Amino acid sequence: MYHYNDFDDAFVRERVSQFRAQVERRISGALTEEEFKPLRLMNGLYLQLHAYMLRVAIPYGTLDSRKMRQLAYIAERWDKGYGHFTTRQNIQFNWPRLRDVPDILEALADVEMHAIQTSGNTIRNVTADHFAGAAADEIADPRPVAELLRQWSTDHPQFQFLPRKFKIAVSGSRNDRAVTRAHDIGLEIVERDGAIGYRVIVGGGLGRTPMIGKVLREFLPQEDLLAYVEAVVSTWNLLGRRDNKFKSRIKITVHEHGIEDISRLVEAEFAQTRPGFAGADRAMLARIEAAFAPPAFVAKSPAPHAAARASDPVYRAWADTNLTAHRQPDHAIVTVSLKAHGATPGDASADQMRLLADLAERYAYDELRISHEQNVILPHVARADLPAIHAALTQAGLATANVGLVSDIIACPGMDYCSLATARSIPIAQQIATRFEELKVEHDVGPLKIKISGCINACGHHHVGHIGILGLDRAGVENYQVTLGGDHTETAAIGERAGPGFSADEIIPAIERLVLGYLDLREGRDETFLQAYRRLGPAPFKALLYPEARSDAA
Amino acid sequence: MPRPFTPKVVTANRLLEGDAVWRTASGDWSPDLAQAELIADAATAELRLLEAAAEAHLVVGAYLADAAAGADGPEPTHFREAFRTRGPSNYAHGKQAEPQEKA
Repeated sequence: MYHYNDFDDAFVRERVSQFRAQVERRISGALTEEEFKPLRLMNGLYLQLHAYMLRVAIPYGTLDSRKMRQLAYIAERWDKGYGHFTTRQNIQFNWPRLRDVPDILEALADVEMHAIQTSGNTIRNVTADHFAGAAADEIADPRPVAELLRQWSTDHPQFQFLPRKFKIAVSGSRNDRAVTRAHDIGLEIVERDGAIGYRVIVGGGLGRTPMIGKVLREFLPQEDLLAYVEAVVSTWNLLGRRDNKFKSRIKITVHEHGIEDISRLVEAEFAQTRPGFAGADRAMLARIEAAFAPPAFVAKSPAPHAAARASDPVYRAWADTNLTAHRQPDHAIVTVSLKAHGATPGDASADQMRLLADLAERYAYDELRISHEQNVILPHVARADLPAIHAALTQAGLATANVGLVSDIIACPGMDYCSLATARSIPIAQQIATRFEELKVEHDVGPLKIKISGCINACGHHHVGHIGILGLDRAGVENYQVTLGGDHTETAAIGERAGPGFSADEIIPAIERLVLGYLDLREGRDETFLQAYRRLGPAPFKALLYPEARSDAA
Repeated sequence: MPRPFTPKVVTANRLLEGDAVWRTASGDWSPDLAQAELIADAATAELRLLEAAAEAHLVVGAYLADAAAGADGPEPTHFREAFRTRGPSNYAHGKQAEPQEKA
């Protein structure tokens, strides 16, 4: 794991002390809210429906036990004993008081964390594959590049007043778990003739106008990364629309100008930026890569895992659902579900955070990851230790065997917290999960991604859910629109709207009809919901959602 | 033609705590919507909002929200404003957990 050097530490602490003085001036009246608001947003502090909310970056989703314990401490000391992990690998505290925020930021700085650029029209927290450094299918660990980008983008003088926010995601594997095609820039590490480089994808995004990113460069040599990304952001910084915030993101710029034009402009800019990067960035990347060297994996017989799997059906269900292949055959990647049936997706209590920290320290080479799917990962676990981990997770209510299934739902905070929301998300997720637990069918249904957003901004990624749910305000009543066929992976697709929306009471039965109806439509257990949708098209799925329309037509 | 005026309350979030508050007829800020002044005409609403804007040392983001007269005082007419009087639906946090403040 990367550790702050003296420069990083001094920079973050300087920002904390600046913010402390800014808060004091706001409280004394020396700063108006108009003056203070951009300053607090630069430090991740929002004002929501019921309270302030502090959004803390978890760069590329990587934590260790010390950081996780500090998040637990913050949750208990200054919040209500829990935190909410988000789809952008951040953690949000929902109840801080203004006076306490500088102390919280100080506590974060103590463990090399911050809330800088988690808001505002800047380059936001750089995200990455949550299986980075562990996955069997990985070409290279994406985190060193993500850390390099974090350092380059933090307080970058040219990019503090961009037309709008700018999000970068990095994947090190052909299997895209970082949603790179729905980011302003998606970087995919690729290999060509033995050399590492990047496929550069630009102009993806969700929100009001969802777009799948387009390939800007099939192969960017590794040494050109920062100069090229700087050229992309510079080009958009000049070209991006500032007259209309709904048209300001780079996806609109790419759409309006065309990828060929953008490519030409970026290449011209790249010719200017490239000489400015004389190799210091390469030296820095080499140092960062050394910090991310894999742990010394301890060889252990996987026999205890095999024995538990053979004898305990509960363990077996969990192992078959929540484990992923590790680069070391005698190790596994454990995904800890934060989606217990009926719980709030992505929430972890301080006690749960401390348990996860303890498990990471004891069994997982002191590494933890947060996924954009709002779960926690123990990336390196010897298979021999899995039964002990499962037992400990069970005690803490963290052993739900549902990763990738119906109840493993992404949900934004929605109108339970967010001032931008048009409807609630969390209760819909809770009810769907509870209902499918009652039906006891989710293991039979198999892989299915339900994603829920409480407004058009799409923090809940509904456009790329196999089933997407969008909460809206229709004439003063919560209303839920369904989209079908979305995909967040390397075969990314935007879901299509199925038809009229459903009331809060109607949406749960509608999803039940849809999912149970799919079981009759599929060719066999191996055909997933998304595959069946792609084979059959929307018509039979719409008929499940709107049975009355079918009988009217008959 | 302008839309007919619907009754309003002035609401905001407290600067220090961030919680939702409503402006009373005496010019105080109350955590209880029922204590708010229900404003019946546009000119008064505009004036009250200006008065609220002058209290930036106490509150943030004052705005006019629709409300209706109820048995115990103003009541919300939109679900967003109803949620602001209670708190989130996933935990008993926020105002629903602090009935003592309603005194």
